[in-house]
Amino acid sequence: MGFLDRFLRAAHFSGGVHPDDHKRPAADAPLRVMAPPARVYVPLVQHIGAPARALVAVGDHVRKGERIGAPHGAVSAAIHAPTSGRVIAIGDIVAPHPSGLPVRGITIESDGRDEWGELEGCDDPFALDPAEIGRRVAQAGVVGLGGAAFPSAVKLSGGLGARVELLIINASECEPFLSCDDRLMRDRAAEAVDGIAIMLHATGAREARIGIEDNKPEAIAAMRAAVAGHARIRVEVIPTRYPMGSEKHLILVLTGREVPAEGRPSDIGVVVHNVGTAVAVRNAVRFGRPLVSRIVTVNGACVREPGNVEVPIGTLAGEVLAFCGGLRADHGGPARLLLGGPMTGMQVPTLEVPVIKGTGGILVLDAAEVGGGPCIRCGDCMRACPVGLLPLEIAARVRAGEVDKAAGFGLADCIACGCCAYVCPSRIPLVQYFHHAKGELAARARGTQRNETIRTLTRAKAERLEREECDKAEALARRAAASLAAATAAKQPAAVAEKAVEDANQESGVCA
Amino acid sequence: MSGHDQFMPVPAPAPHAHVGADVGRTMRRVQLALLPATVFGFWLFGWPAVHLFLITVGASLLTEAFCQRLRGCESRLWDGSALLTGWLLALSLPPWAPGWIGALGGVIAIAIGKQVYGGLGQNLFNPAMVARVALLVSFPVAMTHWVAPLPLGSAGAPGFIEGLRITLGALPVPDAVTSASLLGHAKTELSRGIDLAQVLDAAGGTLSAWHGARPGSLGETGALLLLLGGLYLLARGVIRWHIPVGVFAGLALPAAVAHAIDPGHYLSATTHLASGAVVLGAFFIATDYVTSPNTASGQLLYGIGIGLLTWIIRSWGGYPEGIAFAVLLFNALTPVIDRYCRPRIMGRTRRGAPIRATQGSAE
Amino acid sequence: MLAAILSLTILGAVLGAVLGVANRFFQVEGNPLVEEIEALMPGSNCGQCGFPGCAGAAAAIAAGQASPACCPPGGRSLAVTIAQRLGVSVDVGGADDPGPLVADIDESICIGCTRCIRACPTDAILGGPKQIHNVLRDSCSGCAQCIDHCPTAAMVMQPVPITLQQWFWPKPASQG
Ligand code: SF4
Ligand code: SF4
Ligand code: SF4
Ligand code: SF4
Repeated sequence: MGFLDRFLRAAHFSGGVHPDDHKRPAADAPLRVMAPPARVYVPLVQHIGAPARALVAVGDHVRKGERIGAPHGAVSAAIHAPTSGRVIAIGDIVAPHPSGLPVRGITIESDGRDEWGELEGCDDPFALDPAEIGRRVAQAGVVGLGGAAFPSAVKLSGGLGARVELLIINASECEPFLSCDDRLMRDRAAEAVDGIAIMLHATGAREARIGIEDNKPEAIAAMRAAVAGHARIRVEVIPTRYPMGSEKHLILVLTGREVPAEGRPSDIGVVVHNVGTAVAVRNAVRFGRPLVSRIVTVNGACVREPGNVEVPIGTLAGEVLAFCGGLRADHGGPARLLLGGPMTGMQVPTLEVPVIKGTGGILVLDAAEVGGGPCIRCGDCMRACPVGLLPLEIAARVRAGEVDKAAGFGLADCIACGCCAYVCPSRIPLVQYFHHAKGELAARARGTQRNETIRTLTRAKAERLEREECDKAEALARRAAASLAAATAAKQPAAVAEKAVEDANQESGVCA
Repeated sequence: MSGHDQFMPVPAPAPHAHVGADVGRTMRRVQLALLPATVFGFWLFGWPAVHLFLITVGASLLTEAFCQRLRGCESRLWDGSALLTGWLLALSLPPWAPGWIGALGGVIAIAIGKQVYGGLGQNLFNPAMVARVALLVSFPVAMTHWVAPLPLGSAGAPGFIEGLRITLGALPVPDAVTSASLLGHAKTELSRGIDLAQVLDAAGGTLSAWHGARPGSLGETGALLLLLGGLYLLARGVIRWHIPVGVFAGLALPAAVAHAIDPGHYLSATTHLASGAVVLGAFFIATDYVTSPNTASGQLLYGIGIGLLTWIIRSWGGYPEGIAFAVLLFNALTPVIDRYCRPRIMGRTRRGAPIRATQGSAE
Repeated sequence: MLAAILSLTILGAVLGAVLGVANRFFQVEGNPLVEEIEALMPGSNCGQCGFPGCAGAAAAIAAGQASPACCPPGGRSLAVTIAQRLGVSVDVGGADDPGPLVADIDESICIGCTRCIRACPTDAILGGPKQIHNVLRDSCSGCAQCIDHCPTAAMVMQPVPITLQQWFWPKPASQG
């Protein structure tokens, strides 16, 4: 049915949804900068990959931008002090995560001076070797600011292997409510373009394209003005459709090419960075400033003064909300606190969670309509899925406990964009089914791994015991023989010696 | 900022937004689309039709409520799905059929057609069509007893009480008003060896009138209004065009070809499209979400299959009308169609393997 | 009437064909070997399944006398693997399943007698004579053989704590 479906497909990528964007008025409010709070809580894992190792001890004094966590492993990122002050605790803090589980982190009590440490800047980044740029970006702990928080240096310095031809800057910001990238482009367009130029140099790509959705005319105008004079950087206006900001979909729309499943953009010579990351890269390379703050959109019906705020990493969500005038009780009162946007963001149970590098938004929404009826097989989820999956079939398999069959329907290709659950008239928590199934599969894989380990260990110990028994028996036999010789020599009663030999034989019988 | 407890303690997973649709809204839209044709039918066939309709729908709702209680699940009576099933069934019955036909049909549709499978969304066959076919096979006489239109207020039209007595079987249907539907008429005459051209010449005026004032079920006579309703559903996005277009094409194309070859034995495409429950079936019955394929290509295939099979049954089968059988058969094939008509996953070939990376110019 | 019979016959034939195809698709091929199952089992012969050692359990599972989920140390992943191998379905426990247990040593009570080390089939316990002992969580199979050997009752079995990296959403409550 190939030609048929192609004929029936309406636009560039099939599926996707058009949620109300709720971006204004927050996007139009001027950017505010928040001073460091009395305490910051800095988790040691704020990125995809292994947690960083703490480099400081309780009681140490740190200055702003000082490295307090070292990357651990190939995919990891450094952590820096968001302000100057004293380390008062290293241990568990509440993770910015729906589970409410703890994460290891460093708590710093601000000394109020917000004093930078020594920074290694560079006047002409374009004279630097690309590998050196990668090193400096890694030093600064820059991660993707679009939400996934993948360590940027790995993508910049060709750590993924293939040659990069095209650098795509993701400025689509397709999540409703969020406007941090919009604000950044309006206020810091020149810095962003400078960062993009540095990234072009670092990746060796021939060209950079900045994809901005057409619902951000001010940002488009600002970026167009800023790229004037940069021949290799282009602003591309793309239609507003969720999930335009998904890496693979953005690439499809901007280049007309698909990233192979199970593959990476670099497989087709493309690398994608977020526009906020470009500014972070510029700060890291030009001024040596590590990533210690980010722009966060504070929005939602229950926020008194919605807008964008530059927040030091580690500030608690509650303090950011207080900075924005606190919460309002109308609209049925605040009921849901989200980190990130409403389509993929995480609901967290408490205000006491810190802002981390990947936190693009803090939203406070009123109560949700709860639902969850039976699936009527209307197929809306299928038509909304931008990946071409059959969410209803996957969910049905997961509901029946047949996780493996769900995998056969392409569970692994699901990007968890939430389009399917967004449109489902029965309000089935489809994405939760998929998260559950992916987690279950991972848990089973871990379990299999563990069983494997344990079997190996069991066998190893059994063999070792056997060997030891043998050794012991042999030693005993030798000793018995020796004493036998001694006894004969001493003309002692033969019975004792005979018994010793017998014992020895019995023992050594074990390993015969 | 007084803390924790004002937020929901058990977070829900994303997305935290919703388009706002719900099952009830969809069902209400379908019912709205059915309304004009139903009202027209009430006017055309008078009180007995109204009574039969109410009995059928009432039986469906009662059965639904009873089964839900029996299964001990939360009551979802008012999501409108049982009401819709009863409604569709009522539209496919002879308007002056005895009330017990409607009641029995409602019970069969809900209990056997839907609830034994596990309720809404689980059934393999369209409940209304299961009931219709069961009734047709069990009570062929009552189910093919058509009456000529007798509009409300016209001379001889039964009043409220009289209508009730007709529906309850206390009053026999006067012979004067019984008639045959066009397809039935054509079939009987054909089997008597009479050429179709003569048949239609003789009956054409009364039997094939486009405006619908002819013998038939409510769904048949209201075809034009149902077409409007179907277009409304399309415009609202409740249904998509693939199934209706497939049904029409699957029926009209072979009919046109056969008619061109042998007009004496085969009805023309227009007659086929305009008669029987084609419009009702194409827009409202074949498109039932639960029992039809999901993908666009699958739906087109399914629609064409139903149309084609309907034509085959009408032309060669024992029954004058075949759409109910065709729908049921393709309901059974839906899982197979769904299995083979899957959308292509992004980044994969149609067979599911990752596409080959094509390194090179990004243009 | 003929058409009714014809239609229903066709319907029956089609359904029969579908069932036949389904049967062929989901059929499992015959006799799985006891050894094959045994090779999947932890092999620590802890006896928690109620059989004398893993071989006994494997035989019982293969004969259908025991559930694939009967091995606590193997946990859910083992149950599912075996069930798949046998082509049967298995109830792998609901939300109240505490998951696998591992041994834990209360450091304030341990006298460093090393008896637990000798009992442990996977060498999961670290420590020398007169030293406080410790359990390597990744190596502990949860067989509980060490527990009774401890003279001071310093050892307890505890669920493996869930970390942020391992946590995942529970299955949504069923609708219908
Ligand atoms: S949108 Fe919801 S109800 Fe419709 S098919 Fe998908 S899961 Fe089922
Ligand atoms: S969450 Fe997964 S299944 Fe649902 S629409 Fe997105 S990609 Fe498709
Ligand atoms: S530590 Fe105890 S429970 Fe764990 S494997 Fe060793 S003996 Fe078994
Ligand atoms: S048996 Fe008990 S006391 Fe002895 S070493 Fe083990 S834990 Fe410590």
